[in-house]
Amino acid sequence: MKRVYKLEGLDCADCAAKLEKKLAAIDGITSANINFMTLKCTLEAEAEKMNEIIEKAMEIIKVEEPDVEVKRA
Amino acid sequence: MNNKQKKMLSKIIMGACLYIIAVIVSKISFSMSNIISFGLFIAAYIIVGKDVLLKAFSNIKRGKVFDENFLMTIATVGAVIIGEYPEAVGVMLFYMVGEFLQSLAVDKSRKSISDMMNIRPDYANLVKEDGSVETVDPYDVEVGNIIMVKAGEIIPLDGIVVSGKAMLDTSALTGESVPRSVNEGANVYSGSINKDGLLKLEVTKEFSESTASKILDLVENAAAKKSKTENFISKFAGVYTPIVVFAAIALAVIPPFIFPGTGFATWIYRALTFLVVSCPCAFVIAIPLSFFSGIGASSKIGVLIKGSNYLEFLAGVRTFMFDKTGTLTKGVFEVVSLHPNNVSEEELLSKAAMAEEYSSHPIAISIKKAYEELKTELGESKDISDRLSDLKEIAGQGISIKVDDKEVLVGNDKLMISNNIEFEKCEEFGSLVYVAEEGKFLGSIVINDRIKEDAKECLMALKSVGVEKSVMLTGDIKEVADVVAKELGVDYAYSELLPQDKVEKVEEVLVENKVLAFVGDGLNDAPVLARADIGIAMGGIGSDAAIEAADVVIMDDKLCNIVRGIKLAKRTMSIAKQNIIFALGVKLIFLLLAAIGFGTMWEAVFADVGVTVLCIINAMRNLQTKNI
Repeated sequence: MKRVYKLEGLDCADCAAKLEKKLAAIDGITSANINFMTLKCTLEAEAEKMNEIIEKAMEIIKVEEPDVEVKRA
Repeated sequence: MNNKQKKMLSKIIMGACLYIIAVIVSKISFSMSNIISFGLFIAAYIIVGKDVLLKAFSNIKRGKVFDENFLMTIATVGAVIIGEYPEAVGVMLFYMVGEFLQSLAVDKSRKSISDMMNIRPDYANLVKEDGSVETVDPYDVEVGNIIMVKAGEIIPLDGIVVSGKAMLDTSALTGESVPRSVNEGANVYSGSINKDGLLKLEVTKEFSESTASKILDLVENAAAKKSKTENFISKFAGVYTPIVVFAAIALAVIPPFIFPGTGFATWIYRALTFLVVSCPCAFVIAIPLSFFSGIGASSKIGVLIKGSNYLEFLAGVRTFMFDKTGTLTKGVFEVVSLHPNNVSEEELLSKAAMAEEYSSHPIAISIKKAYEELKTELGESKDISDRLSDLKEIAGQGISIKVDDKEVLVGNDKLMISNNIEFEKCEEFGSLVYVAEEGKFLGSIVINDRIKEDAKECLMALKSVGVEKSVMLTGDIKEVADVVAKELGVDYAYSELLPQDKVEKVEEVLVENKVLAFVGDGLNDAPVLARADIGIAMGGIGSDAAIEAADVVIMDDKLCNIVRGIKLAKRTMSIAKQNIIFALGVKLIFLLLAAIGFGTMWEAVFADVGVTVLCIINAMRNLQTKNI
């Protein structure tokens, strides 16, 4: 199952790469990808774990990039 | 410019003005000049650097040290402490200008990429049952709904035209700039632009399954499959940063003991300069951007590439394998020649076409099509059904029918023999159709699958972009395969292959360890497409199977787009390499200069932000598609 979000205000590629690494390290996540150019963040996980993983991902984004606004893409 | 950038610019201007005044005041000495210039410098520093300072502190609180903000803060605060106010302000100012330019460059590239992929429709005009029209979100339109597309609008969902006609601009999908005319019954794809008419469509696919959504999804997610170059860079950045940080610490701590008398301050300054130079931003932005713009540019010319890794492969393809039917040839049977026997060509064709009136066999269709074309040229078109009678189909041979009460036979040589007709055997290659009337031989018609117009040219062009070997694979009989292979000039041709034999052939070549591309139509060669290093499918528009199975999809049917794709891939690779070498080279030089004390903080900021901006500009070149 895939979820795509838009990370508005993400303006540093290095930070995007670091954030991507942190997200990919979430327990149970299949894949995490951030496209710096389109600002899209794609999270993939099994359907039953999805909600839990999204919650964790949002926490991580909040801590790592407090200026970023997460939107549904 | 967005709000953030405007704010940044106004801070830079204000800071720069204060800075200049402060420098002037410090040069002319009067009683209070020192204090006034100090005040002005500090004010300028705070205006320009406030955001950086705040960010640095909040990052430290969250345990994030050694980011750019931290480095700039330490470096400039350090300069203030040792009394170098102009340098502190100047460097901060310079850094902000760099950040500002970088932000503009990133925005510009984001914008050009989103413009390029501007095929996402924002709305659909839903026609309701009572005939009224409502503007809705394309997500809310269901299969079977009727939508209206006005002139100038993007077709929001795939569908079939139920009324109206128009010229469609499909260039965003296929790269083909010649508009396509459609009328009732035609399939249309989302992402095409209705240039003039008013169309009503019956929706055949929901929004997320429609062509435009699929293409966008593909291109946007292409970055997920990273190329070796990108993986190398991210691994490199991973080891590079800690190494530089330790080197900087060593630079600050060790030399003062080795060279007594040089003082800690000098070496700390050098270490800070060293750290500022070291930021890996240029790599992490410019390399992925080079690939991303390559993928964007190729989608603009109608070549969809599903990942940066395929772009990398494409640049290095040495062996090209082609499927014959539908790839090198049109996959449609056509009348290629007529051999009349004591009658005109027209009469031969018209008799055959009339006899085949009721048949839907591919060969019959091609004869009728050829006759239709001839008739339009001659300007006649009449309903002929009342001239036909007594149709008999003779299995495995052909048909017999009465046209104007004369018996016409159309079929293969067996039909001629079994009816005792004296006929001339045609030696030309292809499917042969013999025609006779009232026991008299009228001639033969040769029908064949035509080679695509640009096939030969494409094969030649491939050689010029580094392809060493071209191979044709086909399930067709040897005679047919050999003629096509000879005409096209492919290096090797293998015929009479079953699908699994094709996979075997691919595997044989893969052993050679040269990058292998297989080109097919994606319909029945999915296993081969998957097995090759790169599977390229032709005619992607409207064919989900092709888009699904291949790594690279050529949206229209043009073989020469493969060559354009390769050229783009090669350019992408060379731009990525230029960026790596340039960024790494400049950094190494400045790191060295900083370590031995020739590098100033100014140069360090240039080596950081300046190089990034230049690399971004270089990567943006890759969006150009004119000379490809």
